[in-house]
This record gives sequence, C-alpha cells and structure tokens, in this order.
Amino acid sequence: MKTKFKWSHLYLVIVFILLYLPIMYLITYSFSDGSRMTNFTGFTFKHYAALFADTRMIQIVIDTLLVALLSSLVATIIGTLGAMAINTTSRSVVRNSVLSLNNILMVSPDVIIGASFLIFYTALKIPLGFGSVLMSHIAFSIPIVVLMVLPKLQEMSQSMLDAARDLGSTNGQIISRVIFPFITPGIFSGFFMAFTYSLDDFAVTFFVTGNGFQTLSVEIYARARQGIDLEINALSGVMFIFALLLVVGYYFIQTNNQSRKAKHQALEESEALAHETTH
Amino acid sequence: MKRLISLAVLILAISLGLGLWSQNLQKSQGATGDNTLNFANWGDYIDPALITKFEKETGYHINLETFDSNEAMFTKIQQGGTSYDLTVPSEYMIEKMKKANLLVPLDHKRLTGLKNYGSQFMNKSFDPGNKYSVPYFWGTLGIIYNDKFVKAGEIQHWDDLWNPRYKNSIMLIDSARDILGFSLVSLGKSMNTTDAPTLQAAKGKLDELAPNVKAVVADEIKMYMAENEAPLAVDWSGEAADMLANNKHLHYVVPSEGSNLWFDNLVIPKTAKHYKAIYAFLNFMSQPKNAAQNAEYVGYATPNAKAKALLPKAVRDDRQFYPDNQTMAHLQTYADLSPKTVGLYNDLFLEFKMYRK
Amino acid sequence: MKKSTNAAYYIPYGFWLIFFVIAPVVLIIYQSFFDINGHFTLSNYQTYFSSGTYILMTVNSVWYAFVITFFTLLVSYPTAYFLHYTKHKQLWLLLIILPTWINLLLKAYAFIGIFSQDGGINSFLGLFGIPAQQILFTDFSFIFVAAYIEIPFMILPIFNSVEELNEGLVNASRDLGASSWQTFRQVIVPMTMSGVKAGVQAVFIPSLSLFMITRLIGGNRVITLGTAIEEHFLTTMNWGMGSTIGVVLIVAMFIIMFLTGERNHHRKEARHEN
Repeated sequence: MKTKFKWSHLYLVIVFILLYLPIMYLITYSFSDGSRMTNFTGFTFKHYAALFADTRMIQIVIDTLLVALLSSLVATIIGTLGAMAINTTSRSVVRNSVLSLNNILMVSPDVIIGASFLIFYTALKIPLGFGSVLMSHIAFSIPIVVLMVLPKLQEMSQSMLDAARDLGSTNGQIISRVIFPFITPGIFSGFFMAFTYSLDDFAVTFFVTGNGFQTLSVEIYARARQGIDLEINALSGVMFIFALLLVVGYYFIQTNNQSRKAKHQALEESEALAHETTH
Repeated sequence: MKRLISLAVLILAISLGLGLWSQNLQKSQGATGDNTLNFANWGDYIDPALITKFEKETGYHINLETFDSNEAMFTKIQQGGTSYDLTVPSEYMIEKMKKANLLVPLDHKRLTGLKNYGSQFMNKSFDPGNKYSVPYFWGTLGIIYNDKFVKAGEIQHWDDLWNPRYKNSIMLIDSARDILGFSLVSLGKSMNTTDAPTLQAAKGKLDELAPNVKAVVADEIKMYMAENEAPLAVDWSGEAADMLANNKHLHYVVPSEGSNLWFDNLVIPKTAKHYKAIYAFLNFMSQPKNAAQNAEYVGYATPNAKAKALLPKAVRDDRQFYPDNQTMAHLQTYADLSPKTVGLYNDLFLEFKMYRK
Repeated sequence: MKKSTNAAYYIPYGFWLIFFVIAPVVLIIYQSFFDINGHFTLSNYQTYFSSGTYILMTVNSVWYAFVITFFTLLVSYPTAYFLHYTKHKQLWLLLIILPTWINLLLKAYAFIGIFSQDGGINSFLGLFGIPAQQILFTDFSFIFVAAYIEIPFMILPIFNSVEELNEGLVNASRDLGASSWQTFRQVIVPMTMSGVKAGVQAVFIPSLSLFMITRLIGGNRVITLGTAIEEHFLTTMNWGMGSTIGVVLIVAMFIIMFLTGERNHHRKEARHEN
C-alpha cells in the first residue's frame, strides 16, 4: 500500500512540474537584464522598478481584477441558479436543448462573440466601457459555471432530499441546508473557472471596450506587436506570487477555522439537519 | 450557505476597494472630460516619455487605447460607441475608411509642421494632397537572413528564396497581401493585381516554395529570428529593425526588383470631438525633435525629413531601413482592393497554408 | 420541487439565454446568409460544403480536438484521482488552477523559449550530445501546448466527481474480492462518468476553435475552423463566411451534446414528479 502511494505522489509531482514549468520560465526572465525572453543576461530588478513606476499599467491591473471579480461573482450566482433550474426540469428534450444553448458561447470563437456583442450593444445604445466589458464577461462565464455545478446537483441523491422533506423541512430549508452545502465545491470550481476566463479573455474584451477602459490581456496582445516587454513578465511574477500567497493563506485560515468548528460540533449532540446549519 | 454569502460579501467589498482605487488613479492622471485626447494607437507605438512631455506642454491629457489590427479598429469605429479622436491606420485602411466616410478632413491651416515631411511620403495615391492624413511611420517588406546560416549576398532577390538549399528554413509573415505580393513581384506583376488567373499563378508559385517554408507566423517572428530558430524570414522593416537590435547576425534586404512600401498615418476618425487637442498633438508630433525621439524609441523609419537629419548618422545612412533612391522607385504601395479581391487573396493564402508537400 | 421555484431560478438564467445566447446566434445565422457585398445568398453554405478546403479544415479540427481531448483526459484522470487521496487536497486543486491565471500569450511565449532550437529542452539534450531537434511547429508541440492549456479545465470536474465517490461502495467491491483493476473499471469509472463528461465537453468543444496557438506553436501548419473564422472576421472582413463557419461549429456542438447527453434520465425524473 505504501509503495503505491509513492507512485501516485511521483505522478502528481511530475504533473505539477509540467504545469509550473512555463511560469517559472517567465518569472526567471523577469530578472534578466536583457529585453527579451531569450539568453538570460545578468540579474536585475529594473523591470520591477519600471513596473511600479508605470501608473497606467497599475490602473489596468486594478481594472482587470475588478472586472474579473465582479463578473465571476455575478456569473456564479446566475449560473448556479441556471444549473438548479436545468436540474429540476423534467423533460429531457428541454434539458438537452437548454444545455446545448448553454454551451454555444463556449464553442463560438471569441471573435464571433465579441463582434456580435458589439453589434448588440451599439444597437441598444449601450456605451462601451467598464459596463459593457463587465456584462460580456458575465455572459461568457455563465456556461462554465453551469457545467461545473450541474454534475454536483445530479449526484445529489434523491433519498437525501426525501429524508429532509420527511423531517418536515420547507423548500427554502432544503435549498440552504441540504443542496447548497452539497454543491459548494461545484460552485467554487465554477467561480474559479469564471475568474480564469475573465482574466484570459482578449478578443471579446477588445471588441466591447471603449472610452479608455482597458484590460491586461488587451494591453498585452497590443504590446506583443513590439515583442513582449519583460515588464510584463515582472507583472506576471508579482501577480502570480500574490495569487499564490492569497490561495495558500486562505486555505490555511479556512482549515484552521474548520477544525475548530469540527471540535465544537462534536461536543454538541445534534441531529443531521441542525448539523448542516453550522456550516 | 452562510459561508457562501460571506464570501460573496467579501468579494464585493474587495471590488469596491479596487473600484475606488481605480477612480483615484484615473483622477491623479488628470483624465477629466474636455481636456482629453482619445488616441487609438498600435501597442507600444509611441514613446511614453513623449506623452508625458505633451501633457506637460499643453495641459491636455492623452487617453491611450491600443489595437492590434487595422480591421478590428475599423470595425469599432464603424460600429460607433467609441470616441477616438485620433488613430493610426495603414495606407490601404485609410482608403477604406475614406470610402466608408469614417474620416474627417484635415484643416491644413491649423497644421504647422507639414513642411517638415519628406516629399516622397506626401501626396500618395491613397490620400491625394494629404487631405485626411499626416504620415507617422513608413517602411518596407523584405527578407531577413541570419549570417550564421546564409552567406551575405546569397539573398538579393525574391527568387533566391526558392533555392532548394533552404529547405524548411523560411518563416513567413501571416499576411495574405504580403506573401502573395512578393510572389507576384517575382513573376514581374503588380502587388495590386486583381485578375484571378495571375493570382492563381502566384499561388501556384508559392506552393513550390512550400518545402522551404518552416512556419507562417506573426509578431512572434521577431522572437524566433532573434533566437536563431530559422535562417530566413519575410517580414516588415519595422519588425526587422527590432530583430536586428537583438541579434547581430541578422540582416535585412529589400529586393531591388520591388517590394511593398507601407505607411501608418495619423487620421481623425468621424468619432472625434476634441479638435484643439488633436491639432496640438499633430503639431507636437511633427516637430523634428519629437519625431526623432519617437523614431528612436519605436525603431521604425520616420517620414519627417528634418527629424531624420537629427537621427544618429549610423541610423539615417542605414540602407537597410532607408533604401537608396533606385530601390525606393521600385516600391509599390497597396491600394484598397474590392472586398471580392481581398477575399480571393485570403482564400488563396489559406489554401497555400493548408498545402502539404 | 414546486414549479414556482423552478421558474424563479430560470428568470436570471433565462434572461441571459435570450439576450446573450439566442440573440447573438440569431444574428450569426442571419449574417451567414449575406455575401461580402451584402446581398442575400446561400453561396456561403455552398462554398463551405463544396470546397475541399473547408471540408479538410473541418476534418482536421475534429481530429486535433479529439487527440487533444484524449491526451488531456489521459493526464487529468489519474491526477484528479490521486489528488483526492492527498492531504490538503483542496489546496492542491487550487494550485492546479493557479497557472491558468497567467496570460495565455505569455505562456505561449514561454513555451517558444523552452521548445526552440536554442531553448531549454535542446540545451538539455545537448548535454548528452544529442543534436538540436525541431520541436516547434510539429504536431507534438501543438498538441502538447494545447493539452497543457486544457488540463486544469479537465481536472476540476473529474476531481469533483471523485470527491463524491461513495467510499463504501469501493470498499464493498474490494471486500467482495474484486481486484483493484476490477474495482476501478466497474465501480470507480462509472461513478465518475459525469465528471468525465463535463470535462470532455469543457475541453473538446473549445478545442474545435483554437486559433492563437495554432499559429504561435503550430506555425499555421495546423489550420482549424477557429483560424478560418478569425481570418474572415479580422482580415477579409467577410463576416458572412465567418458566420457560416460559426453556424457549422454550433451545429457540430449540438450533435456532440446530444451524443454525450445522459440517456437514463427518465428514471430520476420520474421520481421528481412525485
């Protein structure tokens, strides 16, 4: 049993190395004295200095994060509700049709989405800028949230719901105390995926932005014409370390809280439903 | 459930903080309504120090937005919803925008620096009398070779690319007009050819080049060439200048039998509002000192004759980027072709890219 | 569940479906009937189905999307499965997603650096006296980078379904004398199928329309439908033809969805009605 465990760990280590290889490469070059991502030439902090002096860049980063956070939050809410709606739809023809519609934005290339959103906004006289970008990001993030939440809903056993109902719970109670705790991992995945989509998007944002509003991806793509500046590498380095600290920090605070809670709960004698409320 | 709600509230709070921070930054940069200039430019195509200088000298604030293709910029202006005051299309796009009534004529009385520009860059076919545009940068299409793999003098003409010695060694820029264009030139035809059989012949000749082609790529060519990934490339002069700066083994050749001469000019799109700022900027950029500074930063050739005189001698005498008059005489500027012909160029180019030897 | 609550869920989602999905799709279908001069025509469809170029491109796209999805699944399934048994699994999962927050173009440039003639891999091979290999612009590098990009999107749904795995059933299977392989095949795989399906959908469908890395890493030796659409919208400005290819992609997606759609749903549904 022990040796088998090690093999699986080795496998995971390899996967992680692969996933982080290009990122380590990027960050290494952010310290290179040259101006390109080739031939490392001496150690320097100058790209970081340039980055922190670049107000325009900092503004773009803030705007990008703002759009990503807000859009993934709203998309997660709408997408989760949508997944619940699809899950409670009884006719499989309707379900499959709605699911297919759901996936259209995922299959359509960004250029088509961007161009049709642009036509849509201009037809409705919606000004281009922060609002139009935010709306578009919400729109293209919803399908991935649905795809992440729906399997969780489907796995939820009917007997659990029946049991809750037999114990006299109202629909509202079932949703908040049984369904939501169960599908929370799916909701989290959906949120993170939506966040990822928003950070990464270039083509849609390009079409629907305007009036000076710019996101990081659009800026990076536009700058690529002159070759990617190592200042961008420095920026990626900073953002990556920041995200890493955030994720690790959040995780440990979270587990700390939970283990305390768990001890607390063990002391109380509570039936299944009451148990769910403390979550 | 409670946890989810508290997280949502946390995210909202963070967003609010970010929003306020962003607003503050915007204010500190002086972006308020009327004294702004909304400038849509290619990425990294102006020296940021010049923007600061302009803002200090005139008190106008530049709101810079970037685009990465003429067509995408065209679409945005045509659809409306943007408020660009100035933009920098390439020559064929100027013609296209003119036809689509998207440009505002220049008031020559308000321009103080027109006389600084070299006469060979003014009054071109895409904009007779410079009614709509002021030159910003210009350049050519040519061949970049790496002297580690290719001896100097081996590559002089487009036809040299077809030499079987260069199997799997050429990188081409991903642009239908340019690639079919040099094939046309090598056949002795115009780069603005519209008749289908000639274009088919040019495509047929390109198919013979396929064994020599390593990849068809775009901006990345610079990085690839700087890294010695391929011995040869076909790309624009501005891109070549950048490569040469990063790898001393690289050289740029403009075939003397003919090539493309391109322009990126400043124009006022019909969405413009801040005319005072626009003319202040046009005049600012036409001052020799500023134009020279910009050319040194961007690395492209300046059409401003007085600015060119201010550049270091090694730069202004560099025949690679400021070709001699004889070569200049053979260069051709792209005309805006009918949509149908553009479609034909692109279909043929797509077929060429899918062609496997 | 009561119909009224059902309707309430549908309101924001339905609003989105109408304005951001159905409306753009109608627009795309409408546009696909216009040629480059703005005349109503069926010629775009005619061109698509009669020209060898587009058919070949479609076959290529489907084939590459299939290969990419296959390799992504091959790497992701064990990863998701092993992750489930690690300590701090939620943390590791977050760390799998983290690399996706770095801009795609930057990662592509990093890969260029790693794969190029002077790059990381070739210098490494050089240590053993192996001459520099051409890695860029090959099917290998294209599929490798595409799979790299898609892996987190596959791991996540599979991990979620492994999390839901009923350990009792797995143990029961072992107690009944099934080998690890039998348990895996007959208990674990069927129970994680919903995650695999979600993952395949999240990877295969976008892979059909990849465009940027086909050029950056594949050197345009692989042309997908996404590349063609990109060109029609941004270079030729022939939105009609671009939309036509878009319509074909959407139809292809519908077919895939119906093929991978769940069939045994009726049983579950029947219970819902009570």
